[in-house]
Amino acid sequence: MQPATIELKDVTKIYRMGNIEVGALRDVSVSIEAVEMVAIIVASYSGKSTMMNILGCLDVPTSGEYLLEGENVGQLGDDRLAEIRNRKIGFVFQTYNLLPRLTALANVELPLLYGNGHNRRRRAMTALSRVGLADRVGHRPTELSGGQQQRVGIARALVKEPSIVLADEPTGNLDSQSTEEVMAILQDLNQREGLTVIIVTHEPDIAAATRRVITMLDGRVVDDRTVE
Amino acid sequence: MNPIVTFRISLASLGANKLRSGLTLLGIVIGVSAVISLMAIGQGVQQSITSRIESLGTNLLFVQPGESVQQGGLGGGAGSASTLTLEDAYALEDPVFAPAVKAVAPEIRANGQVTAGRNNTFAQVIGVTPEYTEVRNAPIEGGEFISQGHLNNYSQVAVLGSTIKETLFANRDPVGQPIRINGRQFEVIGTLESKGGGFFGSQDNQILVPITTAYYRVSSQRTTHGEVSVDSINVQMPDIGVMDEGMMQVATVLRLRHHITGEDDFIITNQQDTIETLQETTNTFVVFLGAIAGISLLVGGIGIMNIMLVSVTERTREIGIRKAMGAKRRDILVQFMSEATLLSLGGGAFGVLLGATIAQLLNGRPLLGNSPMETSFSWDIALLALGVSAAIGLFFGIYPAMRAASLHPIEALRYE
Repeated sequence: MQPATIELKDVTKIYRMGNIEVGALRDVSVSIEAVEMVAIIVASYSGKSTMMNILGCLDVPTSGEYLLEGENVGQLGDDRLAEIRNRKIGFVFQTYNLLPRLTALANVELPLLYGNGHNRRRRAMTALSRVGLADRVGHRPTELSGGQQQRVGIARALVKEPSIVLADEPTGNLDSQSTEEVMAILQDLNQREGLTVIIVTHEPDIAAATRRVITMLDGRVVDDRTVE
Repeated sequence: MNPIVTFRISLASLGANKLRSGLTLLGIVIGVSAVISLMAIGQGVQQSITSRIESLGTNLLFVQPGESVQQGGLGGGAGSASTLTLEDAYALEDPVFAPAVKAVAPEIRANGQVTAGRNNTFAQVIGVTPEYTEVRNAPIEGGEFISQGHLNNYSQVAVLGSTIKETLFANRDPVGQPIRINGRQFEVIGTLESKGGGFFGSQDNQILVPITTAYYRVSSQRTTHGEVSVDSINVQMPDIGVMDEGMMQVATVLRLRHHITGEDDFIITNQQDTIETLQETTNTFVVFLGAIAGISLLVGGIGIMNIMLVSVTERTREIGIRKAMGAKRRDILVQFMSEATLLSLGGGAFGVLLGATIAQLLNGRPLLGNSPMETSFSWDIALLALGVSAAIGLFFGIYPAMRAASLHPIEALRYE
């Protein structure tokens, strides 16, 4: 048994909107092992992005503990969180979040600018080849199709060789063929390269591609099943 | 992030909005070039004033009448009788009491209407002795200078400054021609070399006549004792080293002659003091010019701040993405600071080039009056301007950069 990569213990996140307190997460306890591929299905929009922000170390829980590879990241400062995002987590966004001014290659190089960044060009090339876009390195995002843009996004998530790929609705803006391509790449990363892949989504269809499915409703975990 | 990468990212970001960056740059270019060219003009004016005064000779003392206590306590204003006399001037040549004095040139000044044929003009008529040409460094261009014989005979002869000569005689040779000064006929015996416009009225607009003639025929001021009074005495020393000594001797001689026990009734100024006073004045002028130009530099700086604030708002999402990818506060801060500094420093560099070019173009051109202006471009001003523009970039860049750095990654990512 490998150690848990991600362990949430009674995590609660409360937002204050004016005088009203909104509980986006309530006592969520989830444990995700290394080399798992997990879909977290969250019905509400706010719950989904909160789950994504907490898991991705973009935000810290109001109460409860978040252990990432054994390290409690719940109480860390902004700069330490930035370091952890840089080293351990690769983000894949629904809207790709590529910088429109930069070429595909420069976009993939972005995480290498921060922290340890030698051999940037070669490492970015390798990551782009990995998603099958070696011939598109000089193109800007506007010159690429949606599927190609998302593959650039995945290459950017991979370039730092993180242990976790965190995908937020990665196929939400894609047609069915591109969706298949993207999901195939994510499955491949999990099975062949041993990356922990977490997909946060509100579409149950996506869950078909993963072995484990966690379902959340109103900020609580209501179902957690693993298909054997 | 290493500095080269930061520099490349900043350059690319500025390049993405070429027109906007260019216009912002222009604000600094105008400010810096204004500072450089105005300072160059100011320094040039200062240098030409100093060198013009120095051309009169720095080894000169001027003795002028001061407050006249012998006249019932009334101040000796313009037109009142002077306390200095021709005899005082001759006494200063005494080798026993004033050994440091090399030569003495007393002056009587009056204004006169001067006519030659149909031309007439208004000029300063100065009564002088033969020593004047050497002491005041006023060389003869044509003809001859006033001699001791002219003084002894009260000769009605005149030496013309170059402006007077042109006004009255145009291109003709005036030597030997008759002119009238306040209705009296004089003969022109020589002309002076042009010295350019002086700071206290042009030396070229003067007519020199023998001092005795000036006294008896033009001016005729007397002291209360009936002696020939003079308006000032120029005292020349052999070199600058004996100035203080000479000043003491001159003062002693005059005090003895005037029986002074209390306050002096004359004022001795030396050329170096005059230069220093003037330099203080022109320094103020240069600083004033610089300050005006500095204001435009400040406006340029505010332009940078404005554009950087717009840029931070526009690029909120980019900042969010960079932060999600692991950029720390400092990384974002440094990036925006370097963009602002690049703008201001680039503007500074162009401004120095433009300012130096303007200074060079203005060099030797007549701007004020008819004397050519000398501009002087100096590297220390250029370096200072570059330093100031860099500082402006840092100062006006820090607030927008801090706003960018303090954006929360989640809100920045959500920003549309």
